[in-house]
Amino acid sequence: MTLFLGSLQLGLLYGILAIGVYISFRILNIPDLTTEGSFTFGLAASAMCAVNGHYMLGIIMAIAAGAAAGTVTGLLQTKCGIHPVLSGIITSSGLYTINLAVMKNAVNISLIGKNEIFSAAMAALPELSRDTVKCIITLIFAAIVCIIIVVFFKTHLGLCIRATGDNEAMVSSSSINVDATKVISLAASNGCVALSGGILAQYQGFADINSGSGILVVGLASVIIGEVVMGKRGVTVGIISAVVGSIIYRYILAVATSTHIFPATALKLISAVIVAVALSIPMIKKNIAISKTKGAHKHA
Amino acid sequence: MLKVDNAVKIFSQGTPNEHKALNSLSIHLEKGEFVTIVGSNGAGKSTLFNAICGNFLLDSGSIVVDGKDITFMKEYKRASFIGRVFQDPMKGTAPNMTIEENLALAYSRSRSGPFGIAVRKKDHDMFAEALSEFGMGLEDRMKTKVGLLSGGQRQVVTLLMCTLVTPKLLLLDEHTAALDPATAEKVMEITNKIVSRNNITTMMITHNMNSALKTGTRTIMMDSGEIILDTSGEERAKMTLDDLLQLYSLKKKEAFANDRMLLN
Repeated sequence: MTLFLGSLQLGLLYGILAIGVYISFRILNIPDLTTEGSFTFGLAASAMCAVNGHYMLGIIMAIAAGAAAGTVTGLLQTKCGIHPVLSGIITSSGLYTINLAVMKNAVNISLIGKNEIFSAAMAALPELSRDTVKCIITLIFAAIVCIIIVVFFKTHLGLCIRATGDNEAMVSSSSINVDATKVISLAASNGCVALSGGILAQYQGFADINSGSGILVVGLASVIIGEVVMGKRGVTVGIISAVVGSIIYRYILAVATSTHIFPATALKLISAVIVAVALSIPMIKKNIAISKTKGAHKHA
Repeated sequence: MLKVDNAVKIFSQGTPNEHKALNSLSIHLEKGEFVTIVGSNGAGKSTLFNAICGNFLLDSGSIVVDGKDITFMKEYKRASFIGRVFQDPMKGTAPNMTIEENLALAYSRSRSGPFGIAVRKKDHDMFAEALSEFGMGLEDRMKTKVGLLSGGQRQVVTLLMCTLVTPKLLLLDEHTAALDPATAEKVMEITNKIVSRNNITTMMITHNMNSALKTGTRTIMMDSGEIILDTSGEERAKMTLDDLLQLYSLKKKEAFANDRMLLN
């Protein structure tokens, strides 16, 4: 039961990360490596605020930190003309130093015994069990982010961002400022990513400088699993399916580790394989179709 | 409405590939004029459009639209009052967005701010009504992704996107060239309808000499970045296709003769 609820909580938490990855990867059509740095940035900012007793401020600071990181990557891409993938790598590698500085040069910060959002809620609602409170809080966060992002992509600005990812040539010859839409969407994407990290820090009660490594693949795997389950439809379905994908991803991991199919250390390799296989499905389908037509010709 | 004065654009300046794409070109358009532009490949027709739209800045000269100097204005700012339809139907619309979302992209910014909901009920009805005029059945497919439409249908959507909010200037860059003859005629008909109803100042590049003379109020011919023929009114009305073709080959031969002299 604990494993079941724990996976649900983690799935919702990382679902916010998946929404962020969905924005950059699917809507803007850019694999954004800033994610690796901004996740830890949010984690560190939130943990440091919580250590000093301001856990709510920590959540807000996490969002701000991520948005700032996304803005830097966006400016590197648009104003400096650096390749999108490279700009993300530059930002995230620079963020390593900044994250260390935020954590006062410690690689690990513990929140044990400190007040954080989950313990505060438990104290306020003593009649509910620990897991119920954790589920409620993660669900509330995931739902709020979902609603805000879904509504955002129905506004005019949201439409402009979708068009930028869809047909940049068209948008650049229209009255939309492409540079601005790119920067805004990268800020929104990394804001989600860092928020996910920020809540995670308070959820697990510690922050680690290396939490962000490989996190982009986790987000991509969630997005892809969500699409497999719910289909590739509009943006609204896509955003919800990212969260659903994230929850399913956690259950796959939970089942696999608890039944000892593979050791916990293999998690990243498994994630990488899931992503690689899922992304190559269109190509595999195409090749199967070609060999089928060839076969048909032989028999004729 | 549009005043281009002494526009000069030289590509690869100072290299052996130097190419004068616009050679002190000047053209003035009155409000509501519909100019058709003919000329061979490389004559500078599209370069003129690119200059007006701000894809690049002129080396010298000025561009004024409706009394406002836009010579150094950014591309996306000009786009709010200049509509442009390209030859490639893929260029003007976002394929993974629905028809109504594409139209809203062009329309809603002028109504509500960036955080206004893009497709409201009354916008939807307005788009459907505008589409129904074209008799292509697009008004019943508002939730269809534009990528699933044919080239002709996409061009019509693009055309409507450019004119939902009446632009000061409409530039059509061979916008029917990639379509089959029947669809091309249909799109041309729709173009004429939109332009004349809203009295839009329009420039249209075409390789179809016949439609160049039939459509619009004025025809210019370009060669080597210059305007070599500018005809309107009675003179244009009397001009036949043969006259135009003859003029065209005459000018081309002249250029050819000059080249020969140089080589000898």
